[in-house]
Amino acid sequence: MNGFSFRRFLAVLRKEWIQVRRDPFTLRMIIALPVMQLFLFGYAINADPKHLPTGLLAVDHSKYERTVIAALKNTGYYDIRPLDSEAEAERGLADGELLFVVNIPPNFDRSVDRGEQPAILMDADATDPSAIGNAAAALAALTSALDRDLPPAARSAPARAPFQFEVHARYNPEQLTVLNIVPGLICIVLTISTLFVTTLSITRETERGTMENLLAMPVRPIEVMLAKVVPYIVIGYAQVILIVAIAVAVFGLPVRGSVALLTLALGLFIASNLALGITFSTVARNQMQAIQMAQFTLLPSFLLSGFMFPFKGMPAWAQWAGELFPVTHALRIVRGILLKGNGFAEIAPDLWPIAVFTLAVTLVATWSYRVTLD
Amino acid sequence: MTADLVIDVRDLHKSYGTRKVVDGLTLAVKAGEICGFLGANGSGKTTTIRMLCGLVRPNGGGGTCLGLDIIRDAPRIRLQVGYMTQRFSFYEDLTVTENLDFVAAVYELDNRREAVKAIIDRMGLADRAGQLAGELSGGWKQRLALAACVLHKPKLLLLDEPTAGVDAKARREFWDLIHDMAADGLTVLVSTHYMDEAARCGRIVYLSDGKLVVQGTPDEVAKGSGLITFEATGPNLDVAARTLRKMPGVESAAVFGSALHIAGMDRAALERAIQSLDGGLAWHEVPPQLEDVFIHLLSQPDRPHA
Repeated sequence: MNGFSFRRFLAVLRKEWIQVRRDPFTLRMIIALPVMQLFLFGYAINADPKHLPTGLLAVDHSKYERTVIAALKNTGYYDIRPLDSEAEAERGLADGELLFVVNIPPNFDRSVDRGEQPAILMDADATDPSAIGNAAAALAALTSALDRDLPPAARSAPARAPFQFEVHARYNPEQLTVLNIVPGLICIVLTISTLFVTTLSITRETERGTMENLLAMPVRPIEVMLAKVVPYIVIGYAQVILIVAIAVAVFGLPVRGSVALLTLALGLFIASNLALGITFSTVARNQMQAIQMAQFTLLPSFLLSGFMFPFKGMPAWAQWAGELFPVTHALRIVRGILLKGNGFAEIAPDLWPIAVFTLAVTLVATWSYRVTLD
Repeated sequence: MTADLVIDVRDLHKSYGTRKVVDGLTLAVKAGEICGFLGANGSGKTTTIRMLCGLVRPNGGGGTCLGLDIIRDAPRIRLQVGYMTQRFSFYEDLTVTENLDFVAAVYELDNRREAVKAIIDRMGLADRAGQLAGELSGGWKQRLALAACVLHKPKLLLLDEPTAGVDAKARREFWDLIHDMAADGLTVLVSTHYMDEAARCGRIVYLSDGKLVVQGTPDEVAKGSGLITFEATGPNLDVAARTLRKMPGVESAAVFGSALHIAGMDRAALERAIQSLDGGLAWHEVPPQLEDVFIHLLSQPDRPHA
């Protein structure tokens, strides 16, 4: 009676598998969710936004002015339309119609010719700093825009720098956001589907009244929990294959590392999520509580893991908190294997925290699984 | 002497917070007996049954079930007990066969398929074998639950209000099955609210507020109650019943078909009540029915019985 019985485990597994198959809605969600997220994130989210609406306030419509405006347009960041008044500019910035307003001072051409170094004022809506950051940074290179129109003496003398920096954008030379997003997306989608589904699994037995029966039968907690988890490992892998296949075919995601290693590492990550889900499921008294617990962990998974924002940009305490979540480590592993071609030695420092997390959480689940109805 | 006692528990206590659900219950059930468990809602029947199969730990007291300690050996008791819960607790998204197959596999039965097929045939479930349990009517659900409880050939069946909400024919058939299995040596403890079912038990135990109030064969319980009952036939029984119910000493007055039953503990008061009526009814004394006894017990829960 005591100890693990493979036959009992298989019995519960068979039951779970039938139940998963008979729930077409959940199955459809499991397929639709990652596909939808992949296309949303792949096409809709852009960390380097271009064609930002820009208003122009100018009185002269002079030659230099036209050159400067052409240079602004050529950066790709600015879509420029002329404005009639300062009031219109203020209104545009206030209601979000405009992100930038370019103010070219009167007599701009003459001031330039006299060497007065006039300033062009750029009003920017900085409520979302990341939206305007790259566009503002591109301005620095534009001060030489007038060089062709000016006599050699008046040109912006290119400072002969004693040395220079050369940026070599490795792993993602075109700096495509989607290549950063897809590996993260694999981890996030796995978190959502595996964590939520298993979170509900044991509370569902309690709420439908089948738990009393299950407890009255000779199954051990560990057999029930394992059997509830295994179908979702299969489903989790199906999702990974789907996401990676679409990402490779549609978004040109490179697969530089070992697929076998990726499969292994993701297996561990899936296990950690399932263990957490089962733990929530045993601790929670009903499905509502279980869902709230899952949502509570989902937010830091998004925000602190490095999925949405750069991990190294967070303060130290937030990084410490982020390190606790398996998704943080999984994200590094998946990015490392897919984009950098990392091997086992490089990902090992991120593997063991997931393993420790899984083990600790499983212990809590086994300990809190109620074998009586008290 | 205790060897043939399948259930032998003494002084069981269970309380949730300050509420005592089971309060010093002592119960002995002999092998092969069908023991009816009666009492008002909330009298502790379900909790007692759960304590017997180890689903709830008693706060005090103890004893044995099938010769095994109900606290220490709960997992081993479960292997030999079939427990049918009050609420249907099999999987509604599995078919009848799949549910039974699951149970058989969890009990690690050899020849699983044969065992499942045999129980389906015995319970007359063959026509519904491929149907989802959630689509079955109440009577068939309860039959499936019984089939699942006896699949592993338990020595003791614990049935918690197995026939609640089931039609009369299905109830009759269900009880025929229980008697059939008791004939094979199975011990049954069954809780119920139906008097016709109580009458089919070899022995009945009546609980009130977690205490055992009265026990014995249905006849013994009826006779031992000290209740006096009169029956009348004649016209306008409903009007007479309404009048009698308000009279002192009349604990119950109810019409059964063409007869009016009144019951009470005080013979003189009952006779006075009868005489005060206008007449036209033919009265005679009858032995108390189980139903009369239980309504009598239900209406005075605090009064302990010898």
